[in-house]
Amino acid sequence: MAHVSTLIVILPLLGYLLVLINGSRLTERQIGYVATGVVGLSFVASVVTFVLLLHRHSRQVTVHLFNWIDVGTLHVPAALLIDPLSITMCLFVTGISALIHLYSIGYMHGEKDYKKFFLYLNLFVFSMLTLVLANNLVLTFVGWEGVGVCSYWLVSYYFDRDSASSAGKKAFIYNRVGDVGLLLAMFLLFSRTGTLTYVGVFARAGSLSPTVATLVVLALLLAATGKSAQIPLFNWLPDAMEGPTPVSALIHAATMVTAGVYLLVRMSPVLAISSSGRLTIAIIGGVTAFVAATIATSQKDIKKVLAFSTVSQIGYMVLAVGVGAYAAAIFLMVSHAFFKALLFLGSGSVIHALNGEQDLRKMGALQRFLPLTFPTFLIGWLTISGVPPFAGFWSKGDVLTNVFEHNKILWVLGVVTAILTAYYMSRLFVLTFRGTERFREVTHGHDPHESPWVMTLPLVVLAVLSVLGGLLDLPWIHHDSLAGFLSSTFGYVAPLHAQSTLSQYGLAAVDVAAALIGLAAAISIWRSRTEDERLTPAFLEHVWYWDDFYDATIGRPLEELAVFSDVVVEDEVIDGGVMGLAVGISRSAESVRKIQSGFVRHYALAMMLGTAVLVVFLVARVS
Amino acid sequence: MTTVPVVSSSITIPSIHYLAILPVIILLGASVVLVFATALVRTKVTQFVASSVTVAASVAVLVVTYFQWRCLDSSGPSTTIAHAIVLDGFSVVATGVVAVSLLMATLVAHDWALRERIVGAEYQILALAASAGAVLMTQANDLVVIFLGLEILSLGLYVLVAFDRHRHTSAEAALKYFLLGGFASAIFIYGAALVYGATGSTNLSTMSYFLASNVLTHPGLLYAGFALLIVGFSFKIAAVPFHLWSPDVYEGAPTPVTGFMASIVKVGAFAAFVRVLISALGTQIDTWRPILWVLVVLTTVVGASVALLQRNAKRMLAYSSINHAGFILLGIWAGTTRGVASTLFYIVTYAPTVVATFAVVTLVGGLGDENHSIGGYRGLARRQPWLGASMCVLLLSQLGAPLTSGFYAKYSVLASTIDVGGSPLALIALLSAAIAACFYLRWSSALYSDEPVEATRIVVPLSTGIVIGVGVAMTLVFGIWPGPLVTLCQHATLLFTP
Repeated sequence: MAHVSTLIVILPLLGYLLVLINGSRLTERQIGYVATGVVGLSFVASVVTFVLLLHRHSRQVTVHLFNWIDVGTLHVPAALLIDPLSITMCLFVTGISALIHLYSIGYMHGEKDYKKFFLYLNLFVFSMLTLVLANNLVLTFVGWEGVGVCSYWLVSYYFDRDSASSAGKKAFIYNRVGDVGLLLAMFLLFSRTGTLTYVGVFARAGSLSPTVATLVVLALLLAATGKSAQIPLFNWLPDAMEGPTPVSALIHAATMVTAGVYLLVRMSPVLAISSSGRLTIAIIGGVTAFVAATIATSQKDIKKVLAFSTVSQIGYMVLAVGVGAYAAAIFLMVSHAFFKALLFLGSGSVIHALNGEQDLRKMGALQRFLPLTFPTFLIGWLTISGVPPFAGFWSKGDVLTNVFEHNKILWVLGVVTAILTAYYMSRLFVLTFRGTERFREVTHGHDPHESPWVMTLPLVVLAVLSVLGGLLDLPWIHHDSLAGFLSSTFGYVAPLHAQSTLSQYGLAAVDVAAALIGLAAAISIWRSRTEDERLTPAFLEHVWYWDDFYDATIGRPLEELAVFSDVVVEDEVIDGGVMGLAVGISRSAESVRKIQSGFVRHYALAMMLGTAVLVVFLVARVS
Repeated sequence: MTTVPVVSSSITIPSIHYLAILPVIILLGASVVLVFATALVRTKVTQFVASSVTVAASVAVLVVTYFQWRCLDSSGPSTTIAHAIVLDGFSVVATGVVAVSLLMATLVAHDWALRERIVGAEYQILALAASAGAVLMTQANDLVVIFLGLEILSLGLYVLVAFDRHRHTSAEAALKYFLLGGFASAIFIYGAALVYGATGSTNLSTMSYFLASNVLTHPGLLYAGFALLIVGFSFKIAAVPFHLWSPDVYEGAPTPVTGFMASIVKVGAFAAFVRVLISALGTQIDTWRPILWVLVVLTTVVGASVALLQRNAKRMLAYSSINHAGFILLGIWAGTTRGVASTLFYIVTYAPTVVATFAVVTLVGGLGDENHSIGGYRGLARRQPWLGASMCVLLLSQLGAPLTSGFYAKYSVLASTIDVGGSPLALIALLSAAIAACFYLRWSSALYSDEPVEATRIVVPLSTGIVIGVGVAMTLVFGIWPGPLVTLCQHATLLFTP
């Protein structure tokens, strides 16, 4: 098992190295297939590991690779932790990655930096798996930074476009702010528990005082808000859509952005100690879900809608974590990976068909031209809207049921968000596939064409997964499904009052109603129009003026401080001080040098005087 | 408590531990062999033969130190020849450093002698003798033996400084060094006499025992005595205000001799200084510490700041070595085992660095040994990357930059100073290092200046190249991985510590 699980991580790295070293000798196709193949094999390794784990008595295996850091009391091994949580993450990360790698072969065809794209993509998968499989926070941090830097490279993939390079920088800087949180959490945990391995920390979690636990949880939450694009650090994600669409699907929807949620779930034994910390997490998640959903209703760019939708859905996951429904969070994470990857890849297929056009107002009536993209996108749309029996209904329902138990206000917010979700997704769907043809200008009058099989195959697979994903964790078989499998890895969760079947059906009915309301409203409104100032207010279109707020309160003052430091502090205070000191030293040294006359008699005199002073000092000491 | 000399009809030969004095025997023996060879062989002894004998002798000494260390491991430190010579970890390591310095300096001098067309084995004879003196100082356990070592070392060096007969500055420097050195020796031996008067012995361990078991009602004699001893040592290590000779002598002496001096004199004098102050006068630490405090402050600050004004490479390095002497004194000031270990570490790392530095200066000096302006180094690293980069590393090590041995050396003396509550002193020394950084960095950046300079390519002869390479390698290896050397210095403790 140790060897197979090591392969999960090593294979993508191997692919990276293969392409890096041999890249110039391989053709475009070969590069694509090598990169896709290693990730596919990594998926196979994950499946094998999963099966082996199922047959084990103890479902927690540490695979020690080597001693990485051994300084004083700090011992950090490079070791993998194979347990239900990490293997679940591995399965969907490698599975989705393999599909998206395959899709990219078609989508990136003919790009100038084709090789570079696959290099970064493989490196990303390697980093993501390191993050997920690490048995300690430091190694997780390595993966955490690795995915961050790959995300930066891939967002600014079209670096000759100003918007892409500045979006890359924005993503990187927002993430850095979050990273500080993870570092602080590590420092705090190390100072209080003396270890950074998960098992070690959890064993000593009981000795943490509530204040420290809350601080740790808040620091972890800061880290999660950065990586998982939550309030207050969420607005890098929409800009990150500057990257190629497969990147948006893989990194900025299915995998990397869920790393924050994974971290919180992984640290659930520490979360268990701090109820105020959990409440903060729940509020952040709920509010983010709602705010992002409102913004998504008013975006004109197909990928921007999906980006805000991602922020909103991750908000749900964070909300679930906040109320202690860790299994529900992971369930939503997995099903979200299915349907959001599907939606992004579908939108990529649309964009591909329309020569790169992303504006919803220039689409419409594509149903006829994209015979495979249309039905798969339809499934994605119904899944995210929460229509039964698709996966989204079950996973979102699971989250909302748990929230209802803990906090009614947040539940209301969640249901409103569900209505908004169905609304904005229906608007997107109608504007893209129904209505009138508005794309002739961008296609120069030609008919749009369907994408090649490498792109449609992943769509079909993901559509099937979106339909069937709910089977992972149906409410009446919790104990024998995902939730039961995962439960051993979580910290203490307050047991739900056994909900009556009636109230369960009631809550499900509310979810269905929310979905149908949103669907109906959007279809009736957007069937006949493409633009409406009243329905897409500037406030929402401009993301609640969030960027402008940061610019005014942080960006500009910092810039002024920088100018001040440059002109006054650097030039006058520091330079002036150093120059003054230097001149002072030179002057005094000049006078000392005068003694150096070159005459032996003067030297002897100096020695004599020195001796005399010494003797006088000692004589004075005696008396 | 006075010792009455016993008149005896027969002379008792004290027991001799030959392994302990083997290094001195080898060095003096090699020197004598060369003397006889020059006298008896009809043709002139070639540089090659003379250098080979010297190199062989220093390698032999290194091998002997290895066996000495093994002997220490099995039977512990000991004294021999009526307790006048000591064999302990400190003396063994210091002897090893002298041998390495001699080896490196000989290789440099060999190429220099060929370049300057110097014939005969005189240089090597004197260098071997001087090294024997330095080794004797590291092993001496008696003020008289220290004096003996000091004089053997100094007499050899007086002549070596005057070696370049073509330059009158060489002779002038030698004369200055000789006059002032004689003066300092007189002060030293007078101090030794006074200390003998106060304690009844010149033997360091007897002195230490006497001072530990008796309270002096009138310590004036003792104080005056060790004040004069301190002056004598301060002259040798060029501590301010007893340093005035050193810039003139460093500048005047042939450059390989300067490098040789800068390393072995420091090793010998500091080793004896440590022994006298810590082993013999350890109980008087409260009295000598304030003196050392002032010496450290003056030496570090004056050394660093006057160096700023120098335009001559050798003079600048003279002041730089004054500044280093101040730092080495810090470890003695601390007076602890850790302080002694850090002093030893400093010496061990400084000696090869400074020999290699002067090796580069020798090469840049060119035929006639005249071209020593800092301007001559402009763009050296652009024209000759390896030579320039080596010089840069050596300078950065003297500056105390991380990843060079100089960093850990400075760190350890400062840490041992702070350990015993010497933070203000450590701070002053540190500030002097910041001042010193100015001239080291100015020099290093001149190496990489890209202004076009009319310069001929410097030929790097093989053995000098090896010395520079070894010096740089030691600087980097001990800088990146100081652990083993630190452990060695910590194990190399003094035999007698109070």
